[in-house]
Amino acid sequence: MKIMAQMGMVMNLDKCIGCHTCSVTCKQAWTNRTGVEYAWFNNVETRPGQGYPRTYQDQGKWKGGWELKRGKLRLRSGGRIKRLLHIFSNPKLPTLQDYYEPWTYEYDMLISTPLGEHTPVARPKSLITGKPMKIEWSANWDDDLAGGPELAPSDPVLVKIRDQVTDRVKMEFEQAFMFYLPRICEHCLNPACVAACPSGAMYKRAEDGIVLVDQDACRGWRMCVSGCPYKKVYFNHNTGKAEKCTLCYPRLEVGLPTVCSETCVGRLRYLGLFLYDADAVTAAAETEDEHGLLQAQLDLLLDPNDPNVQLQALRDGIPQDWLDAAKESPVYKLAKEYKVALPLHPEYRTMPMVWYIPPLSPVVDALRETGNDAEDAGNLFGALESLRIPIEYLAELFTAGDTAPVSQSLKTLAAMRSYMRDVNLGRDPKPEIPAAVGMSEESIYNLYRLLAIAKYEDRYVIPKAHAETARDLEELACSLDVSGGPGQYQPGPFGGASGRPVPVAVETFHALKVRQTTEVLIPLDAVRMNLQNWHGQGATDE
Amino acid sequence: MSASDILLWVALPYLTIAVFVTGMFWRYKYDKFGWTTRSSQLYERKVIRIASPLFHLGILAVLGGHVMGLLIPENWTHAAGLSEDAYHLMAVGLGAVAGACTLFGISLLIYRRRTNGAVFAATTRNDKAMYVFLVAAICLGLLTTLVGSGIVGEGYNYRETVSPWFRSIFLMDPKPELMAQAPASFHIHAVAGMLLFLIWPFTRLVHAFSAPVQYLFRPYVVYRERGPHDPGSRTARRGWERVG
Repeated sequence: MKIMAQMGMVMNLDKCIGCHTCSVTCKQAWTNRTGVEYAWFNNVETRPGQGYPRTYQDQGKWKGGWELKRGKLRLRSGGRIKRLLHIFSNPKLPTLQDYYEPWTYEYDMLISTPLGEHTPVARPKSLITGKPMKIEWSANWDDDLAGGPELAPSDPVLVKIRDQVTDRVKMEFEQAFMFYLPRICEHCLNPACVAACPSGAMYKRAEDGIVLVDQDACRGWRMCVSGCPYKKVYFNHNTGKAEKCTLCYPRLEVGLPTVCSETCVGRLRYLGLFLYDADAVTAAAETEDEHGLLQAQLDLLLDPNDPNVQLQALRDGIPQDWLDAAKESPVYKLAKEYKVALPLHPEYRTMPMVWYIPPLSPVVDALRETGNDAEDAGNLFGALESLRIPIEYLAELFTAGDTAPVSQSLKTLAAMRSYMRDVNLGRDPKPEIPAAVGMSEESIYNLYRLLAIAKYEDRYVIPKAHAETARDLEELACSLDVSGGPGQYQPGPFGGASGRPVPVAVETFHALKVRQTTEVLIPLDAVRMNLQNWHGQGATDE
Repeated sequence: MSASDILLWVALPYLTIAVFVTGMFWRYKYDKFGWTTRSSQLYERKVIRIASPLFHLGILAVLGGHVMGLLIPENWTHAAGLSEDAYHLMAVGLGAVAGACTLFGISLLIYRRRTNGAVFAATTRNDKAMYVFLVAAICLGLLTTLVGSGIVGEGYNYRETVSPWFRSIFLMDPKPELMAQAPASFHIHAVAGMLLFLIWPFTRLVHAFSAPVQYLFRPYVVYRERGPHDPGSRTARRGWERVG
């Protein structure tokens, strides 16, 4: 047994209103530069819908993730030799059209056009070719089911369950069961992108499990892009290197949540540690039955309150304050204790570490429309039994099609809603409601505190990187402060793709944390306006 | 032997080697971030699907042919029982096929680069200059194959002059007089080749030296940690070295 720590995230989909604030702030912080205009480390997609890039979940087409071959784990895109033979032209690489062609507008025309009969217009112009273009697709073209009748039927998840869904029910489903799915890199325990990288440039940080790309070692073979079944590694076409969500590691290292979490309007994201047995990951991912993968993944997660686990963790070099943080971890509680959070597509066998609490609200809404009391436990349980379609859809997303864990999660949420209504209305609380989902009154109250009250300190339990190693951290790769990086320094001697990356300064982020958490309003200082180093205390003067 | 022979067949080769070696070292040390294939597959998939493997596999075969022809002495293949005629036939046959694949591949790639707006926009001046040298070396090489084989003009056994000269450079005992005897087409191709290697470290061609062979032997999932003796993923920069 080798215990390692993993920073994980849980998103409570019930609270997501699809405002895209996470996507926009993430873009401002990380991908607001040439070469990754089309890349969204964080995106929010409407379900049902095709997702971004289009139909990425169709692994029959894209061949991402792992598969079992004669009981052994193998990348779906083939073995090592086959991959090396494909480095000259990766047959499964999405093109820009599968994401979208980024564009800008000829804003200059609005002020530089001479006075004339017609009002000047700012035509869209491709950021790739510089030529005028017709906008026909973007990262969120089917937002809020836009173009639903044409686009939603191509949703790979819908295609999969189509056999069970008649057209009539499907349409009803599309109207009643729309929800949003925010996605970032899953920082998997068994990452297919890392396994596919021929250069060995991608790695999992041993300290916190964050998956990163060493920008100095990446040679642009593009195998990670096609290897990732979630399509969350992007190819920077300006620098010729792969880039991906970094889980905002410079912020995490000083105890701040990621930009997407920090700015989430619905406060639906949770960050905390998992302790897991690294030696058991491959065996868990080789679980024969796809429906057994969720349980195998849960079994990897170790109880931080178990003295044996603590002892072994200390022996394996996990510091005491990290162990303390693991005990308070909201993500462990939601995934393993309450079993309300589920991983996205466990059947890809990557052991993803961003978990989702499935949305109950669509069920409540549907119930309310029928004129019933939509917060009564009995009604909700009944609705969950009868409304098979949303559950089957959610099961395809989160449990490889097994409806039992989804039902259990939704029932727990329904029980919490119903039980707490009695408490809040001053009625006698009914202990039989929590009992119906196998929980005590106390634990359902704790779940309510975590999900509904959702205090900042409860949502984010982030142990700092150790001060004595902070300087070493600074030298870890993945800085993007190069030409075309967030720092936008001068290009190197060989044009936009060359030059030396400047490391992200940990000191900056320590200072940022002090500024952000201070009680007094500090005077404006002349720092560059950038959401990553904005201190939340008034505007900057640039 | 004239001064130009000395210049071309002694001075130029050593200059090329010196610039190539120091250039590659310098580039690797100071521009790891710029060391990439800079693939344009994201922009266009269909043409590259055929052209790129054709070119790359072709040029690898050409490389193999050069190793055979230049590094392995004639008497070794004789000793192995391979007659000059048989060797010649094999070399010309395989060489012509590989060369044709390479030339067709790079022609398609350049056509794609010129006609696809996105790919053309991503082409730097450095790339364009590099293409001139690369295509020149390939075309002249094919021409030399045709001349040497006897398809055009009289055949020529380059393994008696060019190859020993090539080896003599690396044995630090240069024999320019051997190379001076070779036909002009060999001279031009050799110079074009040396010029290509001269600019190599300063172009995107460096990616040829990162062929990921080690991928076959490493575990699938890579972990990196910052131990006390191995901080970070790369060596500390000047002024940031660890103390004690």
